[in-house]
Amino acid sequence: MVVETQIVQIKGIKDGLLVTIGEGDWPGVQSALLSSIVEKASFFQGARVAMEVGNRVLHAAELGALRDRLADQGVSLWAVISSSPVTEQTAQVLGLATRLSTPRPERTIRPLDTTLAGENAVFIRRTLRSGFKIASHGHVSIIGDVNPGAEVIAGGSIVVWGRVRGTVLAGSDGDETAVVCALALEPTQLRIANLVANLPTKKILNQPVCASIRNGTIMIEPWKLKER
Amino acid sequence: MSATVVTVTSGKGGVGKTTTTANLAVALAAGGQKVVCIDGDIGLRNLDVILGLENRIVYDLVDVVEGRCRLKQAMIRDKRLQELYLIPAAQTRDKNAVSPSDMVRLTDDLREEFDWILIDSPAGIERGFRNSVAPADTVLVVTNPEVSAVRDADRIIGLIESEEKGPAKLILNRLNTELVKRGDMLAPDDVLELLAVELIGIVPEDDHVIVSSNRGQPVALDPKTRAGTAFLNIARRLKGEDVPFMNLEEKEDIFQKLSRLIRPGGN
Repeated sequence: MVVETQIVQIKGIKDGLLVTIGEGDWPGVQSALLSSIVEKASFFQGARVAMEVGNRVLHAAELGALRDRLADQGVSLWAVISSSPVTEQTAQVLGLATRLSTPRPERTIRPLDTTLAGENAVFIRRTLRSGFKIASHGHVSIIGDVNPGAEVIAGGSIVVWGRVRGTVLAGSDGDETAVVCALALEPTQLRIANLVANLPTKKILNQPVCASIRNGTIMIEPWKLKER
Repeated sequence: MSATVVTVTSGKGGVGKTTTTANLAVALAAGGQKVVCIDGDIGLRNLDVILGLENRIVYDLVDVVEGRCRLKQAMIRDKRLQELYLIPAAQTRDKNAVSPSDMVRLTDDLREEFDWILIDSPAGIERGFRNSVAPADTVLVVTNPEVSAVRDADRIIGLIESEEKGPAKLILNRLNTELVKRGDMLAPDDVLELLAVELIGIVPEDDHVIVSSNRGQPVALDPKTRAGTAFLNIARRLKGEDVPFMNLEEKEDIFQKLSRLIRPGGN
């Protein structure tokens, strides 16, 4: 059918198939994709599919359902490429890749869509649980905890309105002026630029603190209002 | 009747998912509810053993999904409790024999006939976990008071959130109050502070669990055991009853009692 081929375009790429999805409402697009797969079932059997969705906003329920329905047809969805940060985050949450070639770990940091007076920052309002990773070239601020097994990587500073028990890396691009602030700091590992912190006993850190580089080492000090 | 689908999962293996599923099923059925449990651990089935129904398996979950038998044929009725059924897993296949949408379809077929559908999830975060969580209305996460189990529970809770399954509820299994008192085991408060989810039950460490599992007689059949009582309480909380948490302290000796009388509110 002509209409369907316009909505869903399929081509072969180096590592599997690339499905490009055009305009149209999501249920329609989904059924168009599935019917073209069913039509050419033998061609698609066991295929690895990357999906290009443009700036479409997709939530976990939609993407998860499609992934499962594709799996039923023997097709594994491994990547979702989107210019929408929401969709990208959804894909990451579901464990899907968000770009075709797997870049080196240092380069997985995504540039931000928005800029404000030359300062990039992401704001996250949830607890980062084990296995969750946030990476940004800018600053990262979080309302919530960073649990053990979670990772926060920022080109700039990291501010956590909560308890940090996971791994935090500030100044990942080498910025030695970056700081890490938290209401309570008991990280698995704390790094700023190229330095790894020597973590003191828990008691000192179970209060609002700020970590920064002074004289070539990472200093962790209680946060005092009068200093600022 | 429209059943509630409850999936029991944990991430880490060996924390007591299957024991929990079996005991909750028994506890709910003993309270007059109509219950079917589904073993989601295809290839490593255990639920049938714990329930003592191993020798009665003819058809299994994969047979149903692949159309070799009718759903009714794969359902094993428990002889002790008339309203308790088991759909066993296949032992000779693997997790990929079933898909998440198969599980949704299967549970939809069962919903009309039962009050509760309990699914025993396998360990891990792969296909078997996704199969088990896909049809869930409520997800129960089982953990032990151990750092590694809590870490995995945290991961699983995050995955359940991202599957938009609503907040998971927590069962803290095998709590040893003696070790907690000595500071050698994570206390329930420490676990809850990290995981930040609703606690639906604490099951104390109890030797009866091991003995009864080996005999295929879940402890919840015996309300005199501490673990059995804990599971019966969890079942009541699942039904929406407000049940206070049981006192997990070991029996006080005479000196502790005296010191409490002398210093009420002390300690």
